[in-house]
Amino acid sequence: MAQDGMVGSRIRERRVAAGQRQAQLAKAVGISASYLNLIEHNKRRIGGKLLLDIATELGVDYAQLNEGAEANLVASLRYAAAEYPDVAAEMDRIEEFAGRFPGWARLIAEGQEAVQRLQRTAETLSDRMSHDPYLAASMHEVLSMVTAIHSTATILHEDQDIAPDWRRRFVRNINEDSQRLSDSAQALVRFLDGGADAADQSGSPQHEVDQFLQHHNYHFPQLESLEQTPDTLVAAAPELKSASARAQTRGLLRQYERDAQALDLNVLQDALGQEGLDPATIANRLNVPIGLVLRRLAVLPEDQQPKPLGFVVCDAAGTLLFRREVKGFVAPKFSAACAKWPVFEALTRPAQPIRRTIEVPGRDQEQFDCFAVSEAISTPSFDQPTLYHSYMLVVPRDARVTSPLLVGASCRVCPRQKCEGRHTPSVLIEGI
Amino acid sequence: MGKRVLLIEDEPNIIEAISFILSRDGWDVATHSNGHDAMEAVRVRHPDVVILDVMLPGRSGYDILNEIRADAETQTLPVLMLTARGQVKDREMAEEAGASMFMTKPFSNADVLNAVKELVA
Repeated sequence: MAQDGMVGSRIRERRVAAGQRQAQLAKAVGISASYLNLIEHNKRRIGGKLLLDIATELGVDYAQLNEGAEANLVASLRYAAAEYPDVAAEMDRIEEFAGRFPGWARLIAEGQEAVQRLQRTAETLSDRMSHDPYLAASMHEVLSMVTAIHSTATILHEDQDIAPDWRRRFVRNINEDSQRLSDSAQALVRFLDGGADAADQSGSPQHEVDQFLQHHNYHFPQLESLEQTPDTLVAAAPELKSASARAQTRGLLRQYERDAQALDLNVLQDALGQEGLDPATIANRLNVPIGLVLRRLAVLPEDQQPKPLGFVVCDAAGTLLFRREVKGFVAPKFSAACAKWPVFEALTRPAQPIRRTIEVPGRDQEQFDCFAVSEAISTPSFDQPTLYHSYMLVVPRDARVTSPLLVGASCRVCPRQKCEGRHTPSVLIEGI
Repeated sequence: MGKRVLLIEDEPNIIEAISFILSRDGWDVATHSNGHDAMEAVRVRHPDVVILDVMLPGRSGYDILNEIRADAETQTLPVLMLTARGQVKDREMAEEAGASMFMTKPFSNADVLNAVKELVA
């Protein structure tokens, strides 16, 4: 790493921490105190043997002085400052600050990272609380039982002259509701306590499917070679507990099996090597549909992918049927995804390939190239609507573009202030 | 015979408890437990006030309320909405749909009774 111009500040900070005087250190490394003073105030560049001698004398690594353990620290401070522009932190002195006060700087960076972690947890919990149908139904059940018990108990308590048959009836009701409340509460606790990282556990069929696909890294050599069938794979998957998850997975694997027979991965690899990561050109070269190329690229083993790839599939109702996330690109598990995703735009123009560069909010504001296309999944008919699935391959960009399409994950956790696509207030803007 | 209350709620023991306290207070209570044909029940029974749960099988309370407000015969009918959710947005949705009053579960018997009395006063 190149010097950041603050080597002198780090030398000074380490020297003071070691309790050495400037003259003492200068003498030890064979330079004048005034020259060391210029170095420590970053008015002279330093490197090579002299820096090595100083590092040895101070008992620190050469790299620690040269590159600074503060490289990441400075990046974190820049991010913290950008998050709070009203504070007007002295951006031009950020490296000096990190060099001279590394402890305080680390404290700020740690605080910023803690805020980020809490924000992510809040996003996950909010997404879950707002959109998980099981949780919503469970809470409704519990509150209804509490209401019934409270109301009935109040009647029994306040009306001492209540007729015996009514009394028996209400006592029976309370007994029934108490049992139901107990069952509901236990189910809710089991649901919320479903794993060590409760914020990420859902217990929903979709979650089971996601777990299964992740467990296999989205790649099934048994289906490539026809050694197994979707049914045998699903039957041997303990993580697919619910009938809904098993049915959903069978559907995905049957599509996988058909795709594997239609386009061999070795053939795809060859075309990829010739054409690069350009799905439309590969599809033309192989004379196959673009959707097929997108689906096959998405299931390449990680070590055969030209770079990490994300992938989503949705139906015409916008329901995400398949999600493979890639670093920086998050697909919501419960709530509706961002309406600006190209995968949805592709639904408006069936069979027309769409390429968009998107930028997601967040610390790094990462950019991705998205290749999307929607294709019919039902036989066209004059009497029935044609059904479509839309596919989107998500490819991290190496170089940034200046005018990307600004998207989010879902409205609920999107910090973008002005968006014509917003349908739900954001917890990042308005709180939970 | 007292004033008529139509209670549209799907929890049988809540129905029983609310019916009891209202009947004991002299109200003529009719009940209905699903959303599908709740509007039909409103038209047939001509209640003076409706107590309407939000989460009903078949149709949401908000949809039913919208239809009540859209019908010239029932558009001024007082409606007390009950919900298990108490977030601000739920209250706003109830108000937008035209609820006369909004109450969050769990509620007290006295509150329900007072609300109903207030709505027909």
